[in-house]
Amino acid sequence: MRPPRFLWVPFDLGRPFGAPNEPEFQAKVARTALALLERDDGPVLLDDFPEDAPGGPSGDMSGWVCPVSLPTPKAEAGSALLEEVFAEIERLAPWYAFALEERGRTTFGLCKRDIEDVVRFLDGFMDGTPDNPLPDVTLGEAVRLASEDVRSWYLEAATAQPGAARPRELADWFWGETAVGRFYLALQPVLATHADERVRQVATGQFVPRSQRHRQG
Amino acid sequence: MVRLSDLPEVDVAHLLGKECDAFETSPWVTGPPVAERRIAIVTTAGLHRRGDRSFDIRDTGYRVIPGDVAAEDLVMSHSSVNYDRTGFQQDTNVVFPIDRLREMAAAGEIGSLARFHYSLMGAGWLPHEIEPTAVELAGMLKEDKVNAVLLSPV
Repeated sequence: MRPPRFLWVPFDLGRPFGAPNEPEFQAKVARTALALLERDDGPVLLDDFPEDAPGGPSGDMSGWVCPVSLPTPKAEAGSALLEEVFAEIERLAPWYAFALEERGRTTFGLCKRDIEDVVRFLDGFMDGTPDNPLPDVTLGEAVRLASEDVRSWYLEAATAQPGAARPRELADWFWGETAVGRFYLALQPVLATHADERVRQVATGQFVPRSQRHRQG
Repeated sequence: MVRLSDLPEVDVAHLLGKECDAFETSPWVTGPPVAERRIAIVTTAGLHRRGDRSFDIRDTGYRVIPGDVAAEDLVMSHSSVNYDRTGFQQDTNVVFPIDRLREMAAAGEIGSLARFHYSLMGAGWLPHEIEPTAVELAGMLKEDKVNAVLLSPV
């Protein structure tokens, strides 16, 4: 699209200033971008930022391991799977609490409910249509915000452990190793046939990332 | 923007298949040195204050982020599930580098910081669809005497 000034950076999508808790590196990226303002060799300036984010490029898997060892996956669906999700939440809760204390903030809470209630709301679609917990938004948006909330809670807990996990490792952990990942994968086809059009849209495009859909077979 | 070689194939195909408007002209202005600029952040990361309306998938609106916003007040309700949130969860500055700009302002590297910054939800819009919002934002930035914008997409 040829914007007037553009700094290309080689960082993961979602991390335009490189990496969390790397203030010097972030400042360097900001400084490099702002320096384009002083150049007069446009009208189009496309510069490359020459360094990878601290922790290495996205494709370089460093072998991150979740701080909590979760039980071997069992249930594929149903109430047994829901129980596994709740047991998993119990194991992760101390890490979530630690993350909250350490960071002084959380991005969880879009649904204004606690984590178990958000999961229960989503589970309500397995055999019907639960009440919308967010009267100001459509049912479909409530599903989307609920799924966002659960992922945020899990990933904030998972990243509480010191050490830099790569985004792809974290996504593979959530979708491939947790009971809640199996819960999402089991729920997606149910949502995709729901009577509400917006719920179906969320199920199709905003529930399982493209790169994780292969797990659905 | 990540290297295509670092992305899964399905994401590469999706990005390369995206429709992009072609522009006939390239706007270009020059201005004072960075040390004299008043700077605002405009992000398409779907950020907003916790009490604000969340972004909906067909939302062409914007949310105002005050210059003195506290990190704990910022959340993200972007509609795309295809990018990383964990960086932002650990440190808002990886998307919204407000602390870095505050430091640069204190050190005299930039002139000043805007009173207000702005956030949009960047998924799925073609430029002409979001243009009225951009025009409105430009007007408000001018009112705030902003003469440089740091755009931060995800």
